[in-house]
Amino acid sequence: MEALISLFIESVFINNILLALFLGMCTFLACSKNIFTAHKLGLAVIFVLSITVPTNWLINHFLLSPGALAWMGFPTVDLSFLHLVVFIATIAAMVQIVEMVMERYDPALHSSLGIFLPLIAVNCAILGTSLFMRERQYNFSESVVFGLGSGIGWYLAIVAMAAVLQKLRYADLPKGLDGFAINMITTGLIAMAFMAFAGIKLS
Amino acid sequence: MKISKTAAYKTFTAPLVSANPIAVAVLGICSALAVTTQVLPSIVMMLAMTFVLASSNVVISLLRNYIPKNIRIIVELVVIASLVILADQLLKAFLYDVSKQLSVFVSLIVTNCIIMGRAEAFALGNGPWLSFWDGLGNGLGYGYILVVVSAFRELLGAGTLLGFQIVPDAAYAAGYVDMGLMVLAPGVFITIGLLVWLQNKWTGR
Repeated sequence: MEALISLFIESVFINNILLALFLGMCTFLACSKNIFTAHKLGLAVIFVLSITVPTNWLINHFLLSPGALAWMGFPTVDLSFLHLVVFIATIAAMVQIVEMVMERYDPALHSSLGIFLPLIAVNCAILGTSLFMRERQYNFSESVVFGLGSGIGWYLAIVAMAAVLQKLRYADLPKGLDGFAINMITTGLIAMAFMAFAGIKLS
Repeated sequence: MKISKTAAYKTFTAPLVSANPIAVAVLGICSALAVTTQVLPSIVMMLAMTFVLASSNVVISLLRNYIPKNIRIIVELVVIASLVILADQLLKAFLYDVSKQLSVFVSLIVTNCIIMGRAEAFALGNGPWLSFWDGLGNGLGYGYILVVVSAFRELLGAGTLLGFQIVPDAAYAAGYVDMGLMVLAPGVFITIGLLVWLQNKWTGR
């Protein structure tokens, strides 16, 4: 249990998926103008990540990894080279299913998330988390915690960024520095602040 | 006809400066940030990216009249993912150390928005010959930014370039210290921010 809490803290703060591993930058830069949009997009990412990472873990463990097909009577088959295609297909399919279920049972939430759900399918934070889960060989409960923690970390980063950018709108910046350049530098400063969490360990 | 007048030449050079995918169009930032701690992985990343981009552009351009409009994204993703798997396996076979260092970021070329963007914006509407040059130009335009950023980071962060020591021992003896921040995450954000500022000043945007 302690190890899981430690992993959670690590994926939220220390190895923040956006600020330390640079995943999901495109969406982050495109959608951080407005704090409310950022908040909703962040929630959608948490949601999708905490579903897709465990799903991909199950697929990887029972279908793709070397010897995983033993339960079907093919103990020598190794399909691990397929993981990339399968992961991205799973993510696209999961996003589609989530969108359909949401539209049926909670239309208000669906219309408030709007365009963001389909966009998330090609967000590299989602695919990246699944790939890291596979590379670091997490077990099932770790993959659940890792997916949730990474999502929350991404949420915190994009909301912090949107809040800073809203204040920054009134700043008088030199020409050429405004826009993308100052966004990057601001992100750098936020990343530096998050580095203060490095070294925190619970167990 | 002079070579600089051909359509292929123009398609090739536009993404190098005036329509650079990273600095101007702000696409494909994710991997640009993660692999640039050293120069060597950046060069390998540039080659992998250029290979995938040029071949995916050619394949999608050849298929463009046969792909039904409403499932084109899935078709594109499958083409791109297969090419990325090819690049990944080649790296694992011939450059194992670098491929370990790049870890998941080679696989993440799949979700790099530059590739999808070029497939959607260029390859679907142009022939294979022009698409090939467009892919090559965009791959190199993406890659040289990676190499420049990584050169700054490796030089300031570790005092080396491509693994060779550049900062002389005398400087260390005199009290020079490598800038640890450059190797870490904030260093790359700030480097790219400053480089883009420089480029905006230069191109007068």
